[in-house]
Amino acid sequence: MNHSISLTVNGARRDFVLDDPRVTLLDLLRERLHLTGTKKGCDRGQCGACTILVDGKRINSCLALAVSHDGADILTIEGVARGDQLHPVQAAFIAHDGFQCGFCTPGQIMSAIGMMREAQAGDDPERIRECMSGNLCRCGAYAGIVDAVREAQERMDESNQRRSA
Amino acid sequence: MKPFDYVRPGTVAEAVAAAAQPGAVYLAAGTNLLDLMKGGVSRPDRLVDVTHLDGLDQIEHLADGSVRIGALVSNADLAHDADFARSYPAVAEALLSGASAQLRNAATVGGNLLQRTRCAYFYDTASRCNKREAGSGCDAREGENRSHAVLGWSDSCIATHPSDFCVPLVALDAIVEIEGRNGRREIPLDALHRLPGDAPERESALEPGDLIVAVRLPPAARGFAAHARYLKVRERTSYAFAVVSAAAALRIENGKIREARLALGGVAAKPWRARSAEDVLGNVAPTADAFQEAALRALTDAKPSGDNAFKIELARRIVVRALTLAAAGTPARLPALPASPFASIPGAIHA
Repeated sequence: MNHSISLTVNGARRDFVLDDPRVTLLDLLRERLHLTGTKKGCDRGQCGACTILVDGKRINSCLALAVSHDGADILTIEGVARGDQLHPVQAAFIAHDGFQCGFCTPGQIMSAIGMMREAQAGDDPERIRECMSGNLCRCGAYAGIVDAVREAQERMDESNQRRSA
Repeated sequence: MKPFDYVRPGTVAEAVAAAAQPGAVYLAAGTNLLDLMKGGVSRPDRLVDVTHLDGLDQIEHLADGSVRIGALVSNADLAHDADFARSYPAVAEALLSGASAQLRNAATVGGNLLQRTRCAYFYDTASRCNKREAGSGCDAREGENRSHAVLGWSDSCIATHPSDFCVPLVALDAIVEIEGRNGRREIPLDALHRLPGDAPERESALEPGDLIVAVRLPPAARGFAAHARYLKVRERTSYAFAVVSAAAALRIENGKIREARLALGGVAAKPWRARSAEDVLGNVAPTADAFQEAALRALTDAKPSGDNAFKIELARRIVVRALTLAAAGTPARLPALPASPFASIPGAIHA
């Protein structure tokens, strides 16, 4: 039996017919839309490489059935920059060397963006590490990742202050 | 993953009818179920998706002082609900000590209650497991079992229930609202999970088609807000299941404990309410001696199921420490590392 779903992916509406309900959001993004920035690491919800935002919240796309997310608004790493202008979190990862091989990086960045929206960590490094614990980095670039997230958070706080001033 | 049919019912009644069929299971967020299906551990014929049902995602503060949490409320939304966290701080702390932020954003209240054990032999389909395949045997008994049960286990199963959330819930007398083929009923959370006995494949009191629609905390649960903590020892400080955990909640008046609640996690096939320990804490001063006595009582019936005798002593110490922290008072802000014994919290005293 076919299942028709529609999603908004990085701002554009996309319609799909699924001939098998087993497809995850991760596989749909990679195999059907060829948005391969979202990585398949463990495929079991343990590594965070597949992190995307669904309706503004970060989740593991490997553990989400596409068919169950009919109508969802999805943001992937491909949708965070504005043209050539990097998202502040992307820029901060470059400035602070927040990666080595880069495989976990899209998930790290999407997770950091989601974390900043959740507003539970602030710029406390201990809280950042706790709130980013769902993203593993086998290269061990954690020090740079925490610095990058902290700077991005500070920049966002400053820009929010300017806006409210 | 084995192929399955997918159905998305429009009402709770349709969901119950669809899920009552043999081979059918409910799908909420799927953070545990999808993992189990990818590993061939769960092989359902049909998924009944309840995520689009109306009315199951609300946190309602009822007129009588109780709170009703819809089964589809996410773990994160519940933990970050300011009113809820203020009234039930140990529950919020337990939620935030579990899994990762991504998983907490997706995982639901109902799904958390019904998550399966993380026993490695249950997950490994090449191993014998009485829970996964009734009567096949238990390879955990002679295997790597340092994380297994020390209370309520049987020769056929030594697995533990992995939930953090359930531990303070059972301490606070949570009630589970269930919609089934014969209408609505409710049971104490303490009666939801079954000890293994000789039928570890039957994990809960639920019947085919039963759908958890809400969890309720009774009015008295708010009375512990000033002195409630969850403490969890794990192999790493974040994103790990409990080796041992404890929820402690006290009602203290005029320097004396009027009522105590205590439950343990990571020690049994269900969240373990320690009523005999609570009994010795009625009308006494919150002293180290009283907490030591309570800890001894809580673990009186404990026995190792393998290489895990250390968990019994660890559990005693976690009980003393959780009670000590609860007596010192709920912190104004949640600690940076929720439920961690390594957090630098004012008032934390080593047992």
